[in-house]
Amino acid sequence: MKQIEVKVCLGTSCYVMGSSYLQELVDIVPSKFGDKVSVIGHNCLGQCTANWEHSEAPYVDIDGEIISNATIEKVLEHIERKL
Amino acid sequence: MNRQTIYLKKEILIRIIRAFFSNDFNANLRLIPFAMRPKGADVPYRCCIYKERAILRDRIIAGLGFSIENDDEAKDLGDYLQQALEREIPEENPLTVAEIACKGCLPNRIYVTNLCQGCVARPCQSTCKFGAISFVNGKSVIDGEKCKNCKMCISACPYNAIAQIIVPCENACPVNAIHKNSDGYAQIDYEKCISCGKCIMNCPFGAVHEKSQLIDVLKNFNKKVIALIAPSIVGQFPGSIYQLKSAMLKAGFSDVYEVAQGADITTQNEALEFTQRLEEGEAFMTTSCCAGYFSFVEKHLPEIKPFVSHTKTPLYYISQKVKAEHPDALTVFISPCAAKKNEAMANRNVDYVLNYEELGALFIAKNIEILDCEDSCYDVESSRQGRNFGVSGGVASAIASICAAEIKPCIINGLNKDGIKQLQKMVKEGRCENGNLVEIMCCEGGCVGGCAVICDAKVSKKALAQLSENCQNLDSDTKSITI
Repeated sequence: MKQIEVKVCLGTSCYVMGSSYLQELVDIVPSKFGDKVSVIGHNCLGQCTANWEHSEAPYVDIDGEIISNATIEKVLEHIERKL
Repeated sequence: MNRQTIYLKKEILIRIIRAFFSNDFNANLRLIPFAMRPKGADVPYRCCIYKERAILRDRIIAGLGFSIENDDEAKDLGDYLQQALEREIPEENPLTVAEIACKGCLPNRIYVTNLCQGCVARPCQSTCKFGAISFVNGKSVIDGEKCKNCKMCISACPYNAIAQIIVPCENACPVNAIHKNSDGYAQIDYEKCISCGKCIMNCPFGAVHEKSQLIDVLKNFNKKVIALIAPSIVGQFPGSIYQLKSAMLKAGFSDVYEVAQGADITTQNEALEFTQRLEEGEAFMTTSCCAGYFSFVEKHLPEIKPFVSHTKTPLYYISQKVKAEHPDALTVFISPCAAKKNEAMANRNVDYVLNYEELGALFIAKNIEILDCEDSCYDVESSRQGRNFGVSGGVASAIASICAAEIKPCIINGLNKDGIKQLQKMVKEGRCENGNLVEIMCCEGGCVGGCAVICDAKVSKKALAQLSENCQNLDSDTKSITI
């Protein structure tokens, strides 16, 4: 099974609105899922610029699927569903 | 972690800044509550959309730098805006409470829950000295008028059926400066408040705000405005501090200095002072650049003043230097907390204070992407010790690293009721049993745990450790720099 790629947006918008907390995923994910999932911080995923009025930062990209208003729980839940 | 309230407050700041740079500040400002809660929108938090909008209006008032308590509810936001644009200096007392955002508690804090079994023994009633407990339909009932919140019934109940409602703001405040008033709403006693911001961090309704100086800074961007960034800023934003400088120049600042540069001066002066004091036979010295601690000493423990270091704060030294080199510039301290606003008010060399959340809101509002910025260098590369001032233990270890005298640090990591007792004991006994150099940080973890930080302390400490690997050591041979 191909490794699931999780990209945490570290663009300024997402970082200030909460993705700095999501960096904990770098420690949590390997201990929970081992090699099946990789987590990296990524440059701005471009989600914030689309429509700021309804921005739902922070954003996380899981294998192409965008999660808005991301929290650690949301991301973990999503990964579990994918596995 | 009160994520939702922090998110909400940041969103307000971003919208205020966007309105400021729009072609109609007044109109766009007034529309913010309606843009956030338009007709027919979901009402996520409060009883109705009108209450939500009223609370948002209060948050905007704080975002413009005004006291919410003094608002009469009828005043037009446009009038506040005009005042903000015209004022010469910001309002005093950095903290303000939005009463309508506060849930409000009843004076009686003790409740009988559904766990009450209606037992025969009724130990609750027997222990109550005030006759406050009676029985209705076999279940215990507390008369709020008679209850004195003594909590005896709580421990008496064998089913743990009686509970005490927690008031997070009152519990968080180390100096009893925030209380529920007779109507049950939170109120700050400004005579006692040290602006540490713990109430801000702990209120799950986000009712306590900092009065923002954003408008004061933004309206002056056409002039020379120099930013002074606190050492704890490392890791608060993506990218390096060199990229951060470029981003800040893009945002409107004319130049950026590290307060860590001033910290290097503080370290040198403080080491000298400490050595002198030991030679003169003093038992201990408290060192702290913590503005919250400073306010605490003034308002609550002036007896400790003989033991408090006379060395000035890093901000004092760097702002003095910057104003000497750029007399025509305005200086803005970029802060992890609210307490520093008090220090800035008293210091003519520091004009304004913005916190990390406000700086972040500025970047977002102006679509500035820090990771896309080039590096900008600083005139002076601060030392590893200076840059670690924002971490609990950082100040003490900086002094220890260059001081010849024997230092036994006693670190008070976070000023709470226990820490205060410790300090009171030191004053009473005239000595510190745990050491001779007492470092006090109001916030747990140090400044990196301040009320306006963006990152968890774990994240920022990691970033700081990485930066520290490439920093130079403070030169211990340099004589004190007294300007």
